[in-house]
Amino acid sequence: MNSKLYARSESLTDAPFHYCPGCQHGIVHRIIAEVIDELGVRKQTIGIAPVGCSVLAYEYFNFDIVQASHGRAPAVATGVKRVCPDSTVFTYQGDGDLASIGCAEVVHAAARGERITTIFINNAIYGMTGGQMAPTTLVDQVTTTSPYGRNVNQAGTPLCISEMLSTIQGARFIARVAVNNPSNMAKAKAAIKKAFQLQNSGEGFCLVEVLSTCPTNWGMTPLEAVKWLETNMIPQYPLGVFKDAGGE
Amino acid sequence: MSETRLMKGNEAIGEAAIVAGCRYYFGYPITPQTELMEYMAKRMPQIEGVFLQAESEIAAINMVYGAAGAGARVMTSSSSPGISLKAEGISYCAGAELPCVIVNIMRGGPGLGSIQPSQADYFQATKGGGHGDYRNIVLAPNSVQEMADLTMLSFDLADTYRNPVMLLGDGALGQMMEPVNLEERPFVPQEKSWAANGLGKRTKPNIINSLYLKPEQLEAHNIHLQNKYQRIIKQECRWEEFSVEDAELIVVSYGITSRIARSAIEMAKRDGLKVGLFRPISLWPFPSERLLTLAKQTRAFLVTELSAGQMIEDVRLATRQIKPVHFYGRMGGMMPSSREIYNQINLIVREKEAVK
Repeated sequence: MNSKLYARSESLTDAPFHYCPGCQHGIVHRIIAEVIDELGVRKQTIGIAPVGCSVLAYEYFNFDIVQASHGRAPAVATGVKRVCPDSTVFTYQGDGDLASIGCAEVVHAAARGERITTIFINNAIYGMTGGQMAPTTLVDQVTTTSPYGRNVNQAGTPLCISEMLSTIQGARFIARVAVNNPSNMAKAKAAIKKAFQLQNSGEGFCLVEVLSTCPTNWGMTPLEAVKWLETNMIPQYPLGVFKDAGGE
Repeated sequence: MSETRLMKGNEAIGEAAIVAGCRYYFGYPITPQTELMEYMAKRMPQIEGVFLQAESEIAAINMVYGAAGAGARVMTSSSSPGISLKAEGISYCAGAELPCVIVNIMRGGPGLGSIQPSQADYFQATKGGGHGDYRNIVLAPNSVQEMADLTMLSFDLADTYRNPVMLLGDGALGQMMEPVNLEERPFVPQEKSWAANGLGKRTKPNIINSLYLKPEQLEAHNIHLQNKYQRIIKQECRWEEFSVEDAELIVVSYGITSRIARSAIEMAKRDGLKVGLFRPISLWPFPSERLLTLAKQTRAFLVTELSAGQMIEDVRLATRQIKPVHFYGRMGGMMPSSREIYNQINLIVREKEAVK
């Protein structure tokens, strides 16, 4: 007897991802799609696509999508959610989008306790524009706009979004995960699922930060990139749940 | 509510929006439009609508983008510097063809400028303001009653054309009180089959988007927009005339300035001068065709604005300058008196007499 063990999620279209080899956007897309399928909310989900590598998310997700301007996804999500309070609304944003230009929008969405879920992809660099320094770029990390390495005196220090947002009263659930190995992928999926479940039970703003690789702009092979994430990013951005306001 | 009430212009806009079926308002405080925001803060909860004070004008217009994308009748309001901040979001609304109403109660600029009335955002409102080839429908009321009437019209035009509509007022109109009558009217929500509000019974996702990475597709989208704008030009030009039939001089003026101009014209007419008023109500589309017709029968135009001269460019274009176009403006929040405009009318008419 043959049985189907693995299939494309209903929440994904047939379009092949355009992401670079070793980029982890594809993994995170898949996790979100699985979670939405498992929760049975595809027909009531509205995703907000950012500006950045994942701008084309609307090609890949098989539900309604609103494409937002750079950094404003939480404001757009607020507008959508206020009109459709019974829907499942999430933003998918990178670190340039969320941690730099859109810092105010995510902070205030959290402060309002907006009933949305934000998936925040932190790969410590601007991907779409070709590898510039992000607020999340590590100290001494070389990018095209920090060619001598990020200099603390001149360019400051990495912004720890999950830690920062966990200080906001309106934030319900804030966690940082990685998808560098199967065990972490399982943890990432559990956190993302929880962030959607809490939204659906009307409990407030939820954000899951996903540490992610960018082999192309880091100038590494996919395997080197995973290794670099483990030895450099995780020490700077420790994994875990930073806030679980009503949690057990 | 069908009785006549004394209302501030800003409040009349708010109540008219509610009558028109608007249940979502996103804004940020800025003088001289704040009464509108405060009015919505009070009224929306009474009718189970949504009032949200955003963290910035940028966030507010993006909330409008989201709410409009989900199919709602939605409004934001601001004043000049705040409208500059909204410009990117308005361009996105235009690109994604989202119906929404944006109110600009203009104040003096540039920069932080002043909080007094101005009309110096005409270029910004009618020529784009944000990036890309797009147009807002721009309506310019000149009374509190008209602020209410044009607000209701704005929502209908926005839905009809899937286009942002800007209601362009100024600090004087926003702050002044006049009697206003808001007739209840049956509002039938339009079917918005394109809205991203969850698949529900649909099988094909709705995507709200202004990104077209392939230039052929983006050009096709632009051609589609331009065709729509041509339709709007054909169908939605609005204006008011006073005593233009035998006028030797026609004053062209909109908004609060048109009322001062009208007083000046009435003074001049008492002196026996043949002067009329042409008041564009839609600033975009600009009533060019009618102005050209008038250009053929009058001898000169006088454009008066609270700016260094912005609408005058459209008057020159419309009339192809077959007749002289004069200008009188005040800036920085200063308002001309009717006597000042009357004096200008006299100057122009006397010059004409001299060359007769």
